[in-house]
Amino acid sequence: MTKPNMSVEIAGIKMRNPVMTASGTFGYGREFADYMDLESIGAIITKGLSLRPKAGNNTPRIVETPGGMLNAIGLQNVGIDAFITTKLPFLRTVDTPVIVNLYGNSLEEYGELAARIDDLAEVSGVEVNISCPNVKQGGIVFGTDPAAAAQVVGLVRKSTSKPLIVKLSPNVTDVVAMARACVDAGAEALSLINTLTGMAIDINSRRPVLANITGGLSGPAIKPVALRMVWQVSRAVKVPLIGIGGIMSATDALEFILAGATAVQVGTANFLNPAAAEEIAAGMESWLVEKGVKEIGELVGALKC
Amino acid sequence: MQFQSQVLSNIEVSPGYYRMRMTAPPAVLEAAAGQFVMVKVSRAIDPLLRRPFGIYDMGVFVTPYTDSGTQTFLEILYKVVGHGTGMLADMHQGDSLDIIAPLGKGFDHGAEDEEKILVGGGVGLAPLYLLAKELVKTHRVRLFAGGRSKEDVLCITEFERLGVETYVATDDGTLGDRGLVTQVMLKYLAASRTPKRLFACGPFPMLRAVAGIAEEMQVECQVSLEAYMACGMGACLGCVVKGVNHSAETPDYRCVCKDGPVFESTDLSWE
Repeated sequence: MTKPNMSVEIAGIKMRNPVMTASGTFGYGREFADYMDLESIGAIITKGLSLRPKAGNNTPRIVETPGGMLNAIGLQNVGIDAFITTKLPFLRTVDTPVIVNLYGNSLEEYGELAARIDDLAEVSGVEVNISCPNVKQGGIVFGTDPAAAAQVVGLVRKSTSKPLIVKLSPNVTDVVAMARACVDAGAEALSLINTLTGMAIDINSRRPVLANITGGLSGPAIKPVALRMVWQVSRAVKVPLIGIGGIMSATDALEFILAGATAVQVGTANFLNPAAAEEIAAGMESWLVEKGVKEIGELVGALKC
Repeated sequence: MQFQSQVLSNIEVSPGYYRMRMTAPPAVLEAAAGQFVMVKVSRAIDPLLRRPFGIYDMGVFVTPYTDSGTQTFLEILYKVVGHGTGMLADMHQGDSLDIIAPLGKGFDHGAEDEEKILVGGGVGLAPLYLLAKELVKTHRVRLFAGGRSKEDVLCITEFERLGVETYVATDDGTLGDRGLVTQVMLKYLAASRTPKRLFACGPFPMLRAVAGIAEEMQVECQVSLEAYMACGMGACLGCVVKGVNHSAETPDYRCVCKDGPVFESTDLSWE
């Protein structure tokens, strides 16, 4: 039996298969090199990068909740300069597209960041984070208002010629309106969903568990919400979608493909199984073989309803 | 490395505290005292995340009634604190676990001519036991063990069997002196003049007290920290602690999982 064609293309980024690693769950790639073959997956998305290094929030920053986890890391990262000098050289040695996730504290910062990565040959694309719910001055404003989101996307579009992916927040009334605004402003692909804002409480101390009080919920608990949003958005926009939200297995990933995603991102699963992304990619291929599907593209949006 | 492991034994050593022995590949024996393992308790999504445990012991035994030779094992010491450790406590011989080990940075044994002082409380004694096993080969080792009550002072006999001189204090006086073990240690340090190095593992307030004493007595001190963590390999950034240079303007966060769990006490901010 011939191998199925697993390759996909997102905004001009050619990937060997549809499995990417979600920003903030895969470090800068190197952390996972001992546990999996980094050249077995479609793309690596870096930890969200800001213009200057960012300390992040106080601890506790994470807590497990039923079927998921809350995090309020606060976008701790080395900053774009240190990324380029200390993290990118390793990624250059890996034959897998690298997509840089960018996060700005202001409109101008998004533009500056996009311009900084524009001439880096080893960066295949940009994923703009407009949806991280943790930092008070930032993300949430852009991520929940279609006009503000369109401003950010428009500026990034002008500042770089790299393929442009926009990552959507689920913490909105109408995700379709957000999706349309981003596409109209120049997004070539959309990734969704980011974490759902939540909280956990310790009744004995009568305090929130997280120092930040609220955090972003990820993991299997959010998969049904994510599937619904991918399905809704896929019917409204023409650009390729990248499904994210509680993908732990090849089955989960295939559900997103059927719902309308061209590719998927594995996030929380990397924490509990550092080889998760590789195993999911392999599992998807096996399923295609078993079902006699010749290429993954046949399944995109093939949901019958 | 990541591997599938079988439970060999799982014994309640004190009310609510368990000692579990599990199979491991031979390469695990290269682990240093102070390093830890991440255990996936169930294949199901609840509990979702792995749980970190310090390595209590490791070794090789000859497998009986077989020709297969030897079996490498790991041991952890844990307290039932929630759902994950509760499920772990219900496991039996032959049950399987998914393990990542060894992780993090272990203890640095320090100079040749020092007396080695271990201080720990509760399950904090776990990594100190493996350390003691290594140190007793070449050094005089003393252990100061504390806990709320006698039930929280674990495996003292095992330390004594290694030839470690042990001192115990409990909050309620049910075992050893009544009060804080750090005070007992301070008295000992104040009365003795030989060069020393401290190794501590236990609850944060205890470690802070030990770090303070180390500074006051000008003794080098390493502490092993515990933290909530999702990945254990430096990716989630959930387990960070403040480094000595930390301030709002110049953030200095260190990952317990990767930069630690063992730190020089002077490298951390104890505020």
